[in-house]
Amino acid sequence: MNTDILIEYLPLYKDALFLTLRIGWQGIFLAFVIGLIGSAILHFKIPVLKSIVGVHIELFRNTPLLVQLFFIYFALPKVGIQVTAETCGKLGLGLLGGAYMIETFRSGLEAIPTIQTESALSLGMNDFQTLWHVILPQAVSISVPGLLANVIFLLKETSVFSTISLMDLMFTAKDLIGMYAKTIECLFLLVVFYLIMLLPISIIGAIVERRMRYGQFGD
Amino acid sequence: MSELLKVTHLYKEFGTNVVLKDLNLSVNKGEVVVIIGPSGCGKSTFLRCLNGLEEIQSGVITVDGLPVEAGKRDITKLRQKIGMVFQSYELFPHKTVLENCILAPIKVQKREKDDAVKEALELLDKVGLADKKDYYPRQLSGGQKQRVAIVRALLMHPEILLFDEVTAALDPEMVHEVLETMLALAKAGSTMIIVTHEMSFAEAVADRIIFLDKGEIVEETDNVFGFFEQPKTERAKKFLKTFSYEK
Repeated sequence: MNTDILIEYLPLYKDALFLTLRIGWQGIFLAFVIGLIGSAILHFKIPVLKSIVGVHIELFRNTPLLVQLFFIYFALPKVGIQVTAETCGKLGLGLLGGAYMIETFRSGLEAIPTIQTESALSLGMNDFQTLWHVILPQAVSISVPGLLANVIFLLKETSVFSTISLMDLMFTAKDLIGMYAKTIECLFLLVVFYLIMLLPISIIGAIVERRMRYGQFGD
Repeated sequence: MSELLKVTHLYKEFGTNVVLKDLNLSVNKGEVVVIIGPSGCGKSTFLRCLNGLEEIQSGVITVDGLPVEAGKRDITKLRQKIGMVFQSYELFPHKTVLENCILAPIKVQKREKDDAVKEALELLDKVGLADKKDYYPRQLSGGQKQRVAIVRALLMHPEILLFDEVTAALDPEMVHEVLETMLALAKAGSTMIIVTHEMSFAEAVADRIIFLDKGEIVEETDNVFGFFEQPKTERAKKFLKTFSYEK
């Protein structure tokens, strides 16, 4: 392995990492919002909306992100909706992630005994106050491991962004290999940069998990 | 005495299982009504109907002149007039004792935080738990949790307090501390409806005893002492006998 080449390529990978993180976090934020709203709809069993959420989950969980991105990127312009590659990436990640987040939040919400809801209602709180102040904080704390797994999964899924010519880590590696054929160096850097991105999340996540489970409720 | 709660022709069923049949009850301000009866007689369901946790099939529940008929969904107004304490405490585990107490007053009644905190601390002090205000529920004993749950209900200034077998999950010593708290409330003039299996407590606290069996009021009397000495109905006699042992 040629270290000069590694050093030469480093800035390219660094730029790609920032792009991946930027699109990744915005997509994941969207996924969180979709997850919260969708799981609340399922929690309250709101008619019609409940069915839409169900369709969303099945649609996005059971098709590959690659196909979803192609659909957003190439099919939407046909009906007059133009999206940039970056928006397409965020949207795709958000919609896919949303389906997973809804399910994760929902399992957390279902784990809280009904009588906690009744206790809050009997204090005169309305349905939303009960969800927001009483049920959701407990549900999120239970869901942390699942949410964390989703975040890592979604950041890894960004590797298919290269197919809609976003210059993410995967794109950069493939591009460099195609041009200069330094396959080993390029793949080595690719692995290292994915680890740089994801390992801290794993570690910080594990700490958060412990705090949420044991710290917050008093030991 | 003014009538605070009136229940007329309350009818409740779970599917084909009729739980409460044509129940009628009137409770005056300051009165302590104790409901006793065998398991599955509908005592707990009755309390849950009173603050809208169970839907009723027919009948009218009127609290402080505010009637709620069967099929009406908007019961938050009614619930603010009725406080409830559960067998399993149901404190919010992610909030401290103080936060548990002030959550509803601040969010529901929009009271000033300082004002709610001040009152919460006074009440916690009365039940001997002021020093536990920053503890989380899981750091407390069962009896302590139940006293916090009572304080939490009191902070909403309810017209009526419902107690659903609040000592059933407690050790005997803790039962005592919770019942003492309830006795103090009764002496202070609170209107209470209590479901309990503690017969000596029922005798001490009740202004009126209601004996419920199979969803119907079998015996209702203001003569509390008399009821425990010599119940009028055979069914109540049989029930009370299960609490005494002879060698």
